[in-house]
Amino acid sequence: MKNNSHKSRRIFLNKGVKATLLTALGSLGLVKVASKINANSSEGSGDMVELMTTDGTLIQIDSTEVQAMPSAHTDEVAYNVREGMPNRKFVMVVDLAKCKNALKCQQSCNKHHYITGENAWLKVYEMQETKDTAPYWLPSMCMHCDKPACVTVCPVDATFKRRDGLVLIDNDRCIGCRFCMAACPYSTRVFNWSEPKQEFTLNMDMINHHPSPEHGGMPSQIGTVDKCDFCPHQIVKNELPHCVTACPNGVFYFGDKYEDTVTNGEETLRFSQLLKDKSGYRMMEGLGTEPNVYYLPPTDRLVEFEEGLEFYNEFQSVESPEE
Amino acid sequence: MAAIETLVKDLGPKKFSLRGKIWTVLLVAVIVAGIIAYIDQLIQGQQVTNMRDYALWGIYISNFVFFVATSFVGSVTVAILRLTKNSWRTPFVRIAEIIAVASIIMAGITIMIDMARPDRLLNLFVHARLQSPITWDVIIIPTYIVISLLLLYFPLLPDLAILKNHFKKTKPKLSKIYGRLSLNWSGSTIQKKLQSRAIHIICILIIPVGLLLQTVDAWLFSTTYRVGWDSTNFAPYFISGAFVAGVGSLVAVIYVVRKVKRLEHYITEYHFDKMGKFLALACFIYIYFNINEYLIPAFTSKKAESIHLETLFSGDYAFPFWLVTIVGLIIPALILLFKAGRKPKTMFVLSLLVVLGSWWKRYIIVTPTLLHPFLPIQGVPESWRTYFPSLHEWLITGATLAMALLIITFLVRHLPVIPIQRTADEQKDDKLKTAEV
Ligand code: SF4
Ligand code: SF4
Ligand code: SF4
Repeated sequence: MKNNSHKSRRIFLNKGVKATLLTALGSLGLVKVASKINANSSEGSGDMVELMTTDGTLIQIDSTEVQAMPSAHTDEVAYNVREGMPNRKFVMVVDLAKCKNALKCQQSCNKHHYITGENAWLKVYEMQETKDTAPYWLPSMCMHCDKPACVTVCPVDATFKRRDGLVLIDNDRCIGCRFCMAACPYSTRVFNWSEPKQEFTLNMDMINHHPSPEHGGMPSQIGTVDKCDFCPHQIVKNELPHCVTACPNGVFYFGDKYEDTVTNGEETLRFSQLLKDKSGYRMMEGLGTEPNVYYLPPTDRLVEFEEGLEFYNEFQSVESPEE
Repeated sequence: MAAIETLVKDLGPKKFSLRGKIWTVLLVAVIVAGIIAYIDQLIQGQQVTNMRDYALWGIYISNFVFFVATSFVGSVTVAILRLTKNSWRTPFVRIAEIIAVASIIMAGITIMIDMARPDRLLNLFVHARLQSPITWDVIIIPTYIVISLLLLYFPLLPDLAILKNHFKKTKPKLSKIYGRLSLNWSGSTIQKKLQSRAIHIICILIIPVGLLLQTVDAWLFSTTYRVGWDSTNFAPYFISGAFVAGVGSLVAVIYVVRKVKRLEHYITEYHFDKMGKFLALACFIYIYFNINEYLIPAFTSKKAESIHLETLFSGDYAFPFWLVTIVGLIIPALILLFKAGRKPKTMFVLSLLVVLGSWWKRYIIVTPTLLHPFLPIQGVPESWRTYFPSLHEWLITGATLAMALLIITFLVRHLPVIPIQRTADEQKDDKLKTAEV
């Protein structure tokens, strides 16, 4: 067992190294050049191509020696679900100034994760720090902490942290001790106290689906925990998480910290610049959990707080399936 | 050997009286009810409890912590009584060890009852991760069970041999069992030497293991960020609490055993007086840590902590909090200071108060903290904001307690609760001493 995983890791590493090499070559512009030359298919030498090496010096090569390489991007690199996607680091930015509790995010998340319990993974809190500060709406989901308390306390590694930043749950392994729920300071985890009533919602979609931590709630299992998974099943399709696309007000920005970009589907912004400009912060920074969800403060608000009250339901976050 | 015969008659196993039988049947009935409730919990899931996403732990965990605390009595009596060679401890030590065995076994069972997927129990070993306090529990609890059993067993050997001889004619079958268990004890010097060395090693082992057990238990809570748990004071606080729970239950059990088995001659008021002082000491140490845990933070605490303390001091949990603190701790401690307060009957009542108090105390450690998370409780049914155990939880709780009592009853019924050989030796010593004088 151990040996095996070791081996697959090896293979995986090998692949990774190759992929990086390919990318490096790609950046030399070889691919482009090669296709040009192939089209000409000139046999005779003397047709020199000018290329730039990685250290920036220009060189000349005979065109016949240039060969096309398969692009690293077309070759989809398979990754281990427990290790995560290589060279990525997912972050979310939530702009509190724009949120007016439309709850489309929550409905979309509930729907796509087949949430049938009484506690949604994404919740929009009505917040007011003190009596004399303005109230605001606070969407909150799993923070995918870099120092996740939930992972530290899990006795069986059912909750785990990936290198792309995601904290996921292996529902086939969870023993239902609920220690992770006690440990999470953001109260984001929900428990399947009874057999999830997913028969109606799930059946059609389960055809050909292999249960994986990458798509929480599909299916949910009795006696195990669930929570926001940051929608890796969307990311692999090159799509944004459900809550991001569902929000009519563009509150959620999702992106890659390494690429330093985040997008809400309409505009794409520099992640670091955005945080600097709008003094972004993380929730309960003082605890040291190092969340990967950033908040932009609810200042210079674009919408009235009161507008959201219409949808506010203090005692419900998931619509019951009868409706 | 006439002395030993009377001792066996007084201290050895006796048939149950009618009361004993009724008591056992009652316990079994409670256990059966609990097992039915548990099977229902297995079928329906934890929804039969009143735990929900906020009150995610409830009375099961309080019971677990309570059992773990009570099992500490094994370490304490050994640490303070056996190693310091106090002669008045002889009648207590075995009962203390019986309580320790019963409660640590029940602690292990209780934590499994709380697990929502007991069918995946093996994952705890297959996928064990050392950084989780639960894994430490998985290691330390079985260790403590084994050590406690050995500590009960080794000193029993000579007594088992005595019982074997005693029942040789009247009950040959029983005699055989005792014989097997006694490992052919003959009382030879080599055997005695081996035995005393083994006991000594276990005695020394059980103290650090016991302390570790309590500490791990405290870390279950203090490794989280929760207000009210996130405390560096928690380990000593738990240890001192365990001291109280353990000694309290020891007093209660001893009182009953003494009464039922008519051991007034062996467990005298002098012994109770000593135990009373011991219990008072435990209570005062615990009060001291309570002040550290609750009162000092009240002066210095941050906002979230003040809110937590407020719920305890004057909010929703004020009544149980003060009840447990005053009736379950301070008043017994004060009464125990007076000699009249250390008479057997008073002490029995006091010890029951103390034990109940320390059990409910565990509940107050667990519940209010969970119901005061950092983010407000919103978007869930209103009933999730409070927690009170459901019928299933009460039945199962009752069953675990009954099971602990049944184990104690069984062991008390079949083993000499006071070491026969030792008492005989001590009596001989006393006679020699008086002869010398
Ligand atoms: S927010 Fe909670 S559940 Fe999510 S990673 Fe952090 S500690 Fe874990
Ligand atoms: S409930 Fe499951 S995921 Fe959470 S700590 Fe326990 S085993 Fe791990
Ligand atoms: S990222 Fe996905 S799982 Fe998380 S709240 Fe959004 S939709 Fe739900």
